[in-house]
Amino acid sequence: MATLNRLATADDRAAQRGEHILAADQVGKLIELLVRRGYEVVGPTVRDGAIVYDHLESPDDLPRGWTDEQKPGHYRLHRRDDEALFGYVVGPQSWKKYTHPAEVRLWAAERQNGTFRILNNEEKGQHPRAFLGARACELAAIAVQDRVLLEDKYRDPVYDRRRGGAFIIAVQCTQAAETCFCASMGTGPQVSDEFDLALTELLDSKGHRFLLAAASDRGTEILSELKTVPATEEDRQQAAAKVDAAARQQVRSIDTTGIKELLYENFEHRRWDDVAGRCLTCANCTMVCPTCFCTSVEDVSDISGDHAERWRRWDSCFTQNFSYIHGGSVRTSAKARYRQWMTHKLASWIDQFGSSGCVGCGRCITWCPVGIDITEEVRAIREGGRNGDS
Amino acid sequence: METLERIIGEHPFFAGLDAGFLNLMVSCASNVRFTPGTYILKEGEAANTFYLVREGKVALELLAPPHKPIIVSTIGIGEILGWSWLMEPYVWKFSARAVDAVRAIALDGRCLRTKCEQNHDLGYEVLKRFAGIVEQRLDATRLQLLDVYAVRR
Amino acid sequence: MATSSTIDPMLPQPYLVREVSKETPDTFTLRLDPGNEARESVFRPGQFSMLWVFGVGELPISISGDPALRDRLIYTVRSVGQATHSLVNQKVGSGVGVRGPFGIGWPVEAARGRDVIVVAGGIGLAPLRPVIYQVLQNRKDYGRLVILYGGRSPRDLLYRKELAKWARIPETQVLITVDYGGIGWRGHVGVVTTLFKYSRLHPARSVAMVCGPEIMMRFVIRELETAGLSRDDIYLSMERNMKCAVGFCGHCQYGPHFICKDGPVFPYERMRPLLEKYEL
Repeated sequence: MATLNRLATADDRAAQRGEHILAADQVGKLIELLVRRGYEVVGPTVRDGAIVYDHLESPDDLPRGWTDEQKPGHYRLHRRDDEALFGYVVGPQSWKKYTHPAEVRLWAAERQNGTFRILNNEEKGQHPRAFLGARACELAAIAVQDRVLLEDKYRDPVYDRRRGGAFIIAVQCTQAAETCFCASMGTGPQVSDEFDLALTELLDSKGHRFLLAAASDRGTEILSELKTVPATEEDRQQAAAKVDAAARQQVRSIDTTGIKELLYENFEHRRWDDVAGRCLTCANCTMVCPTCFCTSVEDVSDISGDHAERWRRWDSCFTQNFSYIHGGSVRTSAKARYRQWMTHKLASWIDQFGSSGCVGCGRCITWCPVGIDITEEVRAIREGGRNGDS
Repeated sequence: METLERIIGEHPFFAGLDAGFLNLMVSCASNVRFTPGTYILKEGEAANTFYLVREGKVALELLAPPHKPIIVSTIGIGEILGWSWLMEPYVWKFSARAVDAVRAIALDGRCLRTKCEQNHDLGYEVLKRFAGIVEQRLDATRLQLLDVYAVRR
Repeated sequence: MATSSTIDPMLPQPYLVREVSKETPDTFTLRLDPGNEARESVFRPGQFSMLWVFGVGELPISISGDPALRDRLIYTVRSVGQATHSLVNQKVGSGVGVRGPFGIGWPVEAARGRDVIVVAGGIGLAPLRPVIYQVLQNRKDYGRLVILYGGRSPRDLLYRKELAKWARIPETQVLITVDYGGIGWRGHVGVVTTLFKYSRLHPARSVAMVCGPEIMMRFVIRELETAGLSRDDIYLSMERNMKCAVGFCGHCQYGPHFICKDGPVFPYERMRPLLEKYEL
């Protein structure tokens, strides 16, 4: 009797925190409610042998029964032996696809009386989006990009328009890939509170269902319209155990102790020559990185020369042109470019924006064609002694 | 009128020399003047003097056919002109022209060479001072050679 | 009409070219104004703009005019590539897009009461000219003004008439040198560092502002330190690949600094750990 009482009290607490149980067949309803509120729902779907983010019409678009296998330079999808909707980790894309698009027209202009005028640059058709399936590392990455593009000296209006209204449905990780190291970066796998709704997928003898929590008014509002039952303490513990397991499964880590000083002081470490011998400077790591924000602008004009546009495109510090100043590029060698990327990500980012630029998602490891592993590079520099001389 | 002793004694180039050496210097020194456009020394000629410029500006020139003669460096107030007198074969490698009215103290290099050979302590002091000047000029020349303001394509 | 606070920093504002004057065989000074629009041009010495030529491209260019004249923007541009060539060949009356001003400029206000040493190499005099204007307009607020300027050859020197005029102002010393002098040149020949021995500096009360090629600045810093200036009193203007000018594009990063928004002017103390790093 005493035990039952205690359980009941804990269950009450779970319910008060807004934790509910949503049956798996209600995910469609969730999408429907979001669409009805004017959101375009985007999230994971299988395409070209990978789980990518795209427009979702219904739960049928989700990667039901798929999982991903990731290793350095390796990514494969496999069938799961269950019908999990979110039974994978992360794909090549991140939400920056939407918040900080790979290509965007900043403005257009036309000639007028020897000078020019800027044409209406207001973007049309920018629906607020709902991001369904954002992981803890990805929410950390969004927070990192918010800091860079919204909270510094200037606000990026392009990012602001796309990021501002986004409705976030987080999904707790219940498994880790071999390339994951969010636990060591302090960014996951547990999603804390930077979301509107959060789901933890539970699949067992009690059925296929989600622990659902709301962390905002608009999240609570949606939740109240869904058919749910209050979560029990047992559900909550089961969900927490699965997230814990995802942390424990992680085989990679970065020791971030004094990492800024470590990298600043090892500018001439011989490991940079070693990694330069492997790095193809292909820029894949920067394209898949959810925090890399660098862009280039390109001015284009039509054949008449009377109409001009400025486009902004993702750029990468791995390209030769990136550091071009009059007379040539500053960083010509692969060594200098890899060092710039990694030192920026893990060290100078801290000086610039107060946090690491790495969230431990492991995409740069998976999508590197030669399998360069940032965690391994940090370890080699740390263990090699000052400049690798020991 | 300022005495040679005072001028030499107060010049940074001679700072730290003991009184005996200073007297040796003064005994090799004389006041000289050059009108604008005069050549103080010419490339190829015997180098037996050096100068401490007190007023005016001296241009070091180099003939570099087919180019026009160029000024490679100017030497102004307080600076030392000429070190070829110190090293064999004691021949000037540049020409030096007074850009405007130049007053200087000429030091007899032949006299000083002999004294340096006789007294290596003096020789070392003199060489140390000239090595400092050569180093500064070499640094400046290296930077000049970089042609840092040129358009790079 | 948009005021500066509501202007999107990524949108060029139309300005009209009013005058293009030749400084040297490859360097020109452009005077722009906003035409009929009542737009004041407010900037601080050392700040830069992004200048856009329709259909050609955009370039970071330091403002070289007098900050007290708010009806115009003055730029001194060296024609070294397609975009700069197009910019200096703009006809009077044509439109040029201007974004900015951007960046942190020279500490001219903070230098009140002190001697100001301006050391410029080549086109590096352009971003320092507004400093000179401001000091001279408030002459009694500053101690001595020492201008050390090195150019490639006599015909490559900028603002020659103004330099001669400034040299006649009390408590103002102007020293000019060139790397290559023909025999007709009566001035100094040698790199800018060779001018220090002719300058009369009071290190403890001086602030130095240095702009030129990075290697030239490094040599100048040595001279300033030898002269006894504190590292905190030496300021440099750095050059990197500035594209967006607002810290979004990442191109101008130099160690932990974004040259566009944290600079382009930095105290030497902050640049010191970085200056000698190759390919940083």
